[in-house]
Amino acid sequence: MTQTAATREWLRRNLFSDAWSGLTTLLLLGGVLYWLPGLIEWTLVKAVFRPDAAACGAIEHAGACWGVVAEKYRFILFGRYPHAEQWRPLLATVLLLLVIVVSGLRLLNRSGLFAAWVLALPAFFLLMGGGLLGLTPVGSDQWGGFPLTLLLATLGMLLAFPLAVLVALGRYQSDLPLLRILCTFYVELVRGVPLISVLFLASFLFPIILPPGISIDVLLRVQAGIVLFAAAYLSETLRGGLQAVSAGQHDAASALGLSRWQAMRWIILPQAIRAVIPSIVNSAVSVFKDTSLVTVVSLYELTGALSLALAGDAEWRSYYLEGYLFIGLIYWIGCYSMSRFGADLERRLAAGVR
Amino acid sequence: MRLPTFAHRLRATIALAALLLPFADAHAGKTLEQIRQRAQLVCGVSTGVIGFSSTDSQGNWSGLDVDVCRAIAAAVLGNAGKIKYVPLTSQQRFTALQSGDVDVLLNNATWTLTRDASLGLHFTTVTYYDGQGFLVPKRLKISSARQLKNAEICVQSGTTTEKNLNDYFRMQGIKIKPVVFEKLETALKAFFSGRCQAYTTDASALAFIRSKEAPKPDDYAVLPELISKEPLGPVVRRGDDEWFAIVKWVVFALIEAEEYGITQANLEQMKASTDPVVQRLLGSAEDSGKPLGLDREWAARALKTAGNYGEIFERNVGDGSPRKLPRGLNAQWNKGGLMYAPPIR
Repeated sequence: MTQTAATREWLRRNLFSDAWSGLTTLLLLGGVLYWLPGLIEWTLVKAVFRPDAAACGAIEHAGACWGVVAEKYRFILFGRYPHAEQWRPLLATVLLLLVIVVSGLRLLNRSGLFAAWVLALPAFFLLMGGGLLGLTPVGSDQWGGFPLTLLLATLGMLLAFPLAVLVALGRYQSDLPLLRILCTFYVELVRGVPLISVLFLASFLFPIILPPGISIDVLLRVQAGIVLFAAAYLSETLRGGLQAVSAGQHDAASALGLSRWQAMRWIILPQAIRAVIPSIVNSAVSVFKDTSLVTVVSLYELTGALSLALAGDAEWRSYYLEGYLFIGLIYWIGCYSMSRFGADLERRLAAGVR
Repeated sequence: MRLPTFAHRLRATIALAALLLPFADAHAGKTLEQIRQRAQLVCGVSTGVIGFSSTDSQGNWSGLDVDVCRAIAAAVLGNAGKIKYVPLTSQQRFTALQSGDVDVLLNNATWTLTRDASLGLHFTTVTYYDGQGFLVPKRLKISSARQLKNAEICVQSGTTTEKNLNDYFRMQGIKIKPVVFEKLETALKAFFSGRCQAYTTDASALAFIRSKEAPKPDDYAVLPELISKEPLGPVVRRGDDEWFAIVKWVVFALIEAEEYGITQANLEQMKASTDPVVQRLLGSAEDSGKPLGLDREWAARALKTAGNYGEIFERNVGDGSPRKLPRGLNAQWNKGGLMYAPPIR
């Protein structure tokens, strides 16, 4: 009895507190009831799950054709990587994801984490690139799909962060004008152009400018472009954090006898970073999704691999929607995990100010 | 890190790149040497044009353009397996060729004066004569493109198609509204959902789109007019005349072989032929490869790998394929078409 009363009370307070609230609740509920059956019918009831183009054709888009994912998942996930060797990107991806998850959940102490990363990254490149231990060499221009997305985003963030801290400090310091101008110049230059131009220049114009005979790996060029781009944005975020730390903190640190760098390392920077965690997570999510732009330079990451897989196949070409929903789910899982990690980090670091 | 209007910025960047490119030093005369050194031919292909270059679920490439690429690789390297295909969109393709990322571009590019003369590249010869046509819903009861007055027409951007469309209707004095899409699949989706009264692209694609992509093929019709000439063929970088000649003559060898009845199957018997033209082509009497910097078996290997032009056509876009296109302009010159190889001697 009390249970029902409590439920009723909760409903009243949260969903029907006044006329407008009640109306909104009813409208939303009506909307859900109106759309949901159709959605379930399309995604599940009438859907075709087998990789059978004839069966998909027969339902005429009345249901989802998940068969397209069943048929093309290897191409979508691994892109142009040689078909027979695709266990390598699979293993490499699992390895890298494992290290990322372990880091995110703080399952290892600092030195353990350091060791895990130092082992995982070379292992990733060895598995993908081959050339050693009897693995057939696979050029980085052949890498594709999810491993490429993951690599570009992970390295992008991992390398952009320290660079961003340095640049933010460079702009924040007021007694080294040359350094400050240099950092400002870098941020304004990189931030002033779209990432797509940075990638295009890095990939197509760079080789023309270089003397003939010298060539830099296309993946390296693109990765460098992403790092430089992400760092410019991130440094501004961090500079905002630095400015949010009150001047009293500087004074208190010097009163304790800390040198300027000690104060920066132990007092100012930790508070500055903590203040801007939501923005940093924002940047990480952006970098993760911006990797989809590398398609313009013929590196076929997740979205590129999807279009490549479907564009040339008449039987499956009309099921783009299902394909995009599939990779959309992958992106969503990635981004949602990042935001959960950010929230967890905020809670943990806020311990001192509670 | 927000990136609005992807297409516009990409186009601006490419315009900038195109301005800078003519000043770049093309790696003169070294393409063949580089290909041999890395033992690999790099072909720039499309990101998926069925019948010309497309991939299956395992990532294997096939199509008319792909077969020409295989023939070139067989002629210069002797091993058709050593090919790298680089899929390129219509916006990237010329830049990728110019920057040396690909050795030869087989990407359904139309040969035009501007492209040939000002982009730092050379069209070699034609492997497919196409033309631009229209697909319309039958319920509009239109039998000619001239009836498309005030019609909205779906078209893909970054191609000659878009320009032809405007030119044709301006010349006819008919007002139309082009509705431009960056990708084929979005353009098609828009057309079939009724956004436009007509869809325009190369005629080679229209019949196939009607039969394969239309919800009900019988509700749509292809109009009789072809409003443009679309000669498609391999493109190479400027500054390497030897490589230009090799690509051009491999295609001629494929065409000549069809004219003289040399097929993939009868190649070995034909080597014993007494016809001097066949003897020269297959290297059994004269060494036709020498002037090109190749060995005497160059054409024989190309034919063994890909078959003659007619076989390549049938397999990829003709009766042996889902496209089922008639030979039309692409028949041999002595059968009413335009395929005419200069003498190989």
